[in-house]
Amino acid sequence: MSAALAIENLSVAYRARGEEREVLRGVSFAVPAGGAYGLVGESGSGKSTLALAALRLLPGAGRLTGGRVRIDGREPYVLDAGGLRRLRAHDVSMVFQNPARALNPSLTIGRQVAEAYEVLGWRRAEAEERAVAMLERVRIAAAARVMASYPRQLSGGMQQRVLLAMALAKDPLLLVLDEPTTGLDATVEAELIDLIAALRGELGTAHVLISHNLGVVARLCRRVGVLYAGRLVEEGPAAALLADPRHPYTLGLLQSLPSPGRRKDQGRLATIPGFPPPPGRPTEGCVFAARCVLADQRCRTEPPAAVDLGGRVSLCHYVERIPPLAHGTIRGVAFAPVGRAPTPAVIEAVRLSKTYRVGRRAVRALSDVSFTLGPGETLGLVGESGSGKTTLARLLLGLVAPDIGGEIRLDGVPLAALAANRGAAERKALRIVLQDPDSALNRAHTVRHLIGRVLRLAGLQGAARKRRLAELLAAVRLEPRHLAERPRQLSGGLKQRVAIARAFAGEPRVVICDEPTSALDLSVQAAILNLLADLQRDHGTSTIFISHDLSVVRFLADRIAVLYRGCLMEIGPAEQVFAGPHHPYTEALLSAAGMPGERRAPVRVASTLQGTREDGVTGCVFHARCPRRLGSLCKTVAPPVVEADGHAIRCHIPRGELGLAASPD
Amino acid sequence: MSREVIAAGVVPEEAPQPSRWRLLRRSGGFRAGAAIVGFWALAALFGPMLVPWNPFATDPLHALAPPSAAHWFGTDQLGRDIFSRVIAGSRDILTIAPLATLLGTIVGSALGLAGGTLGGAFDFVLGRIIEVLVSLPLIVVALLALVAFGASPATTIVLIGLVFAPLVARTVRAAVLGEIALDYVAAAELCGESRLAIMFVEILPNVLGPVLVEATVRLGYAVFAVASLSFLGFGPGPPSPDWGLAIAENYGVIAGGYWWTVSFDAAATASLVVGVNLLAEALHQALAS
Repeated sequence: MSAALAIENLSVAYRARGEEREVLRGVSFAVPAGGAYGLVGESGSGKSTLALAALRLLPGAGRLTGGRVRIDGREPYVLDAGGLRRLRAHDVSMVFQNPARALNPSLTIGRQVAEAYEVLGWRRAEAEERAVAMLERVRIAAAARVMASYPRQLSGGMQQRVLLAMALAKDPLLLVLDEPTTGLDATVEAELIDLIAALRGELGTAHVLISHNLGVVARLCRRVGVLYAGRLVEEGPAAALLADPRHPYTLGLLQSLPSPGRRKDQGRLATIPGFPPPPGRPTEGCVFAARCVLADQRCRTEPPAAVDLGGRVSLCHYVERIPPLAHGTIRGVAFAPVGRAPTPAVIEAVRLSKTYRVGRRAVRALSDVSFTLGPGETLGLVGESGSGKTTLARLLLGLVAPDIGGEIRLDGVPLAALAANRGAAERKALRIVLQDPDSALNRAHTVRHLIGRVLRLAGLQGAARKRRLAELLAAVRLEPRHLAERPRQLSGGLKQRVAIARAFAGEPRVVICDEPTSALDLSVQAAILNLLADLQRDHGTSTIFISHDLSVVRFLADRIAVLYRGCLMEIGPAEQVFAGPHHPYTEALLSAAGMPGERRAPVRVASTLQGTREDGVTGCVFHARCPRRLGSLCKTVAPPVVEADGHAIRCHIPRGELGLAASPD
Repeated sequence: MSREVIAAGVVPEEAPQPSRWRLLRRSGGFRAGAAIVGFWALAALFGPMLVPWNPFATDPLHALAPPSAAHWFGTDQLGRDIFSRVIAGSRDILTIAPLATLLGTIVGSALGLAGGTLGGAFDFVLGRIIEVLVSLPLIVVALLALVAFGASPATTIVLIGLVFAPLVARTVRAAVLGEIALDYVAAAELCGESRLAIMFVEILPNVLGPVLVEATVRLGYAVFAVASLSFLGFGPGPPSPDWGLAIAENYGVIAGGYWWTVSFDAAATASLVVGVNLLAEALHQALAS
């Protein structure tokens, strides 16, 4: 039986501004029929180009410069137009990252899924019957209702299921999934991953999964290829490759992940120095040499050949030196633990609510959230999209005013609702690091202006300002030459450092970090997390760290608050929140974020149709999705907040019966 | 720690992006436009000193002479050399049109910036006023105003500038609304920046691109408007060699076969408009890439 997809020595170049840039070079791998292959890489590594090249879908500027592609024995680059069309129509499918853009907003779901069958020659009535069957197959419960809806009425997870159904309509032998779960909430992602795995078992389709997320790839794929700067630097069975990497880049990636249970007081995260090169930059030696700890003269001049390690391949001159490195010295110094004496809180949020008016409807973005933040403490704020994390940050900063009755106190003194009405010192006390540095940094200004302006507004003049600027620059590990550069000239990691420097410029009491690493590549994330932990320790700044990524929160946070649809479901010391007893929602989140190698019985929550949110619910906001709901009680009666040892949980279920963390086995 | 230092020390080795200016210079449209506009700018500055004949010297004996070796573009009804007059005639239009555009761009940018940044009632009222102004026919308003205030270069400049201001304001406002949504504006607010600083220091530099493109497009229209007005008799009076005036003075004799009396002035006006529009298009492309 021939492989579903076989790629041999593939090279692809893009033509940009009159120059050929080679974005893929010498990539080889094969996916057996019914197999699952994962392609891992950071942005710009060539993952998506590889998928497009395999299906001969490269954009006009792209060109195959070498190698062969075979899909089930047929070569898309040799086939004539008709053969290529037949191949694409019957045997290969693709699912893209952004389902909202892949669906036609003006056609019903039913029409779009049925169309996938009509293309294959089915009559309209039959096509619709089959569409319903396929929607049921992708575990959409109310298939008939979904058929009649428009894409905007479905949540992201549901939209992605619909696309999966359309892709599977032709019963393809090869399905390419390009970041299918990126941008979805953790619980939805977990559910979708289970579904993709189950469908592969049922239909026997070969999968190629493209992802930057090692956890997702580990769960879905048997073999994995790691792409870096257009080269497949390592390739092999998923389990072996992730447990025992044989390329310095793979090792670095794995080590820079905050692994479950790692905390900032147990040591710094390992980082990969530098940044991934831009696509298509020609290199002489090994593409990873500039960032590799093992690199020597040979690496910089001589491109490494693929080393066969028995069923797996690594593109490194010094394969044998990697296993010792894995147990090596990278751990480094531990952060000093933050002393937590019972001191008065820096920030007290009391019964904060926020209602937005959308037309005539009132939408509650946040309801009745109270918490305190101690000096030097890090509060992790966890929740999915729409949970009110960002609204809470905006309330604290005074960008929007809370509903009547809510109050924010700084050092015990109530703050004005809006920043404009707060005093200069109060404004200075609260600063934010935003998710997207491209938006948060004014692209018209240099780094010197961006940071200097804040210092000037903070009242610093002349030499004092210069000195402080130099201090800040050193603190975020930027160099003086970066001062004259504009954001456009900096990489994502450097931009975020500038944003962090700006936040710390006025010596704030509290820094709010709103998903500061989610726009960054994995290998850059660790350095930013280390930096935040350092700054916090050195300046004794309190931090509110907002993230959807539990392992990141676990690394940094002293206490954790879990938000769901604007309600605080659970708040307590980080260890206790992770160890349990958990709120059922926290349990689902923890289970969804399962890391490679972690074993626990999955807890899944059902995703719902969007717009089914009942306004004026009297009971628990989570009841509709809760796997442990207690009949009508949860639906009608608001759950009590039960607190023990500073760990509060909002649930009807008695504390003793709530879930605990699975013991590691 | 040392690893971190290395991390920050490595330059993000981006392929050197060709600067906008270099991109612009490579574009054929830009070169052609710059050549045309540059030619007329030189003509306006030095033309009267370089031309073969005195543009004002009449020669009734050689009136309405067709193009020849002596008079390249022929002569008009008073026997004046048309080539010399076309070259010298660029001065008025190339003074009035750019100044009017400059005025319109400055006033319009300020209004658009204020409307987009301040929003609320101010923006609403401004928006409605702009709609009203934009819907008025330019030439009719211009004629009324020129009759009311008297025709002079200054009136023409102010008039065209004020007619253009709402159009520029609309473009700038749209660009500002795109910027307002970005986080850096909120960040500046949180740092305690004043409204004016946010408008001019934070937002303005980021909308200069669209402002520049809009100004260039407006310049093309201004050339056309100035020529039209002087054709209608609201420009410089005789014996000025102004293009619009020359066409107005001579179009009565075209029927007699004396095509050269208006064709070269018309072609000059057209070439200037085309040149400016080529520049505008090239600028737009370069800024969009």
